[in-house]
Amino acid sequence: MSAANETATAGVALSVTGLRKSFGGRTILDGVDLAVAPGQTVAVIGPSGGGKSTLLRCLNGLTDFDGGRVVVGPHALGPGLGKGPHRATARQIRRILGMIFQDFQLFPHLTAIENVIEAPLRVLGRPRDEARATAARLLDRVGLADRGDALPRQLSGGQKQRVAIARALAMSPRGLLCDEITSALDPELKGEVLAVLETLRRDGITLMVVTHEIGFARRAADRVVVLDRGTIIEDGPPADVLERPKTARTRQFLSQILL
Amino acid sequence: MTPRALMRSTRFGARRGGARPPAVAGSALLLVLLFVLLAASLAAECRAGETAPLRWATDAEGGAPYTFKDPKNPEHDIGFEVDIINALAKEIGRPIEAHQYGFSSLILGVERGDFDFAMNGLEITPDRKAKVLFSRPYYVFREQLVVRADENRFEDLEGCRRTSCLVGTLEDTAADRLLHAQGIPAKMYDGVVEPYRDLMLGRVDAVLLDLPIAIYYARPNPELRFTGPPIARGYYAIAFRKDETALKATIDAALDRLIRDGRLRAILETWGLWDDAQEALAASTGDDILTESRRSWTFDRYAPLLLQGAALTVLIAFLSFGLAIVIALPIALARLYGPRPLRWGAILYVEFFRGIPVLLLLYVLYYGLADLSTVSGLGASLRLQPIQAAVLGLGLNYAAYEAEIYRAGISAVPHGQWEAAACLGMSGWLAFRRIILPQAVRTILPPMTGDFVALFKDTSIVSTIAVVELSKQYQILSKSSMKYLEIGLLTAALYLLMSVPLGLLSRRLERIWGRGIL
Repeated sequence: MSAANETATAGVALSVTGLRKSFGGRTILDGVDLAVAPGQTVAVIGPSGGGKSTLLRCLNGLTDFDGGRVVVGPHALGPGLGKGPHRATARQIRRILGMIFQDFQLFPHLTAIENVIEAPLRVLGRPRDEARATAARLLDRVGLADRGDALPRQLSGGQKQRVAIARALAMSPRGLLCDEITSALDPELKGEVLAVLETLRRDGITLMVVTHEIGFARRAADRVVVLDRGTIIEDGPPADVLERPKTARTRQFLSQILL
Repeated sequence: MTPRALMRSTRFGARRGGARPPAVAGSALLLVLLFVLLAASLAAECRAGETAPLRWATDAEGGAPYTFKDPKNPEHDIGFEVDIINALAKEIGRPIEAHQYGFSSLILGVERGDFDFAMNGLEITPDRKAKVLFSRPYYVFREQLVVRADENRFEDLEGCRRTSCLVGTLEDTAADRLLHAQGIPAKMYDGVVEPYRDLMLGRVDAVLLDLPIAIYYARPNPELRFTGPPIARGYYAIAFRKDETALKATIDAALDRLIRDGRLRAILETWGLWDDAQEALAASTGDDILTESRRSWTFDRYAPLLLQGAALTVLIAFLSFGLAIVIALPIALARLYGPRPLRWGAILYVEFFRGIPVLLLLYVLYYGLADLSTVSGLGASLRLQPIQAAVLGLGLNYAAYEAEIYRAGISAVPHGQWEAAACLGMSGWLAFRRIILPQAVRTILPPMTGDFVALFKDTSIVSTIAVVELSKQYQILSKSSMKYLEIGLLTAALYLLMSVPLGLLSRRLERIWGRGIL
């Protein structure tokens, strides 16, 4: 783990204990326990419907849960997001824990650079010049220095996702949740996004990456977690989990996606 | 063809055709018989033409003491004109039957030949005389100024002008022209009940109307009083189509007999309408006071009035639409995101205001609220001015539609946009204002502009609460000038001048805003 640079202060510690959630009579998370050290990069893999996305969304309070506890740095979250104190806590968590989505969710009415500066301007109250300068540096960092004035619809999928990363980084997050951020991209565009992700890891920011890219997990993750039917069935360094899986289900899953 | 021949030929046809069903033959027979009957009845009608009832057009709605529904027997029309008609029918030996027809369209109806004649307090004016034939007068009307019982600022029209007060009257009447000639601000009404109502409510300072109306509607009211003697004068006469000279001569002769033998006087006395002025009836042909009411309508006289009406239309449209889009947003938000009671309130609002006619709403706001203010002692706060009531009524009504447009537009923004904004630390309100609304506006704007164009045309309905906007101005001007087509085309041109640019703007916005998404 390298020292923090301009975007990242030290990474944030994340933990969930006994996290349970069901929806429409179906159990999605069935008592998940997971602790992530500051600056760690965790790849979360597993079959579809195993609860990976829901786990991420519980971590930053986008989705309510039925039982257990979420701790992000100094902030602790329990069930019952609709109520006042938890809502405020969820917002504090989101200030330090960014999130990137499979379908980008850029703001279509704003240019790339406007997408990036919107939150620093309105949420952090940064002066416009400063926000623009930071945004220009971040766009440069994701390889889009010359596309700042483009509208989202004028960008390719990979470019959109890189703007989304720059937008998240502009809030100087201490952790980043990535929810299948390359799944909507053509194979030749996945590489550019994953490359950016790897540079973030070197900055010391905590990363939780839900992915199907086993290559990326092997290369860039400190740790691989396999989530299946709402529970963690495997947790360890990539070499152990990916090369010598302990459970039959993990072996089956890996053989399916490596075909 | 005799029935016998018919029967023979069908029998013959049935035998030759063989397969022809008897039912078809039967109905063919029936059809022929019907034709025969119809022709016979038409012929009978032609022969009976001379003794068939004359068709008399009148407006019995709120028409006391002229022609009105008998309060004791609403099936039955009464009034001094009904009595005159009965006397005339007896005199000419031909029944006369009443036909209900809107007062403001009576002259038009005569021209179109919808009936044989119109008689309903129609004043002889030069403009009307150019269009229809008038009988000799059957009543000399004068105008009576009526004020509130406690009025102490003025006693006559002159004093009224000095205190620059507002006088209510019926549009396109001698009173209207008199006020105009004297430069006294007047407020125009459609009916005879509303001006006195507004006088009691303090919305006008006096009412100037034909004496029979004042006698019937104002004199019995303890809150109102006559002030000064009746002023001006004019004639009521019966209107015929231009080519009905024979009918006019018959009726004139009959009227002459009723006047000379005192039967007309007796009728007018029964209704408390006989006064010295009626002595003039004996000699009058109706031509002698034409100069008194002359007012010719040239382009340079009506165009400024139309433009005034157009300006008021623009004002009301902009104000009421502004109000609508301002109150529609919180309603849409309450419906989308509010807690349950607020959500139900919003649904109730939308359904209520979409479900009731604007006309009803306007009446309740203008007259109903004013009633409430007198009952509950809330003072004048609820006594809305006509323009206030118009803007409020249209605004409340359109807000229901605009709220639904907002709601559709806001719901159309993907939920992921909310989440993306939340993940950047934005509060709900900030996300709505900066992220959701700007995107929703693209879907909202085109239908909203469309609604604005519709509202522009809907403003014509506010004329019902005495706001003289463009359509009303057209009605008034065309009725007094009889230039329905000429002024109508000009009015249409004015509407188009206002609505076509809006339509273009709407299409332009659709193109510009439609581009941004995806």
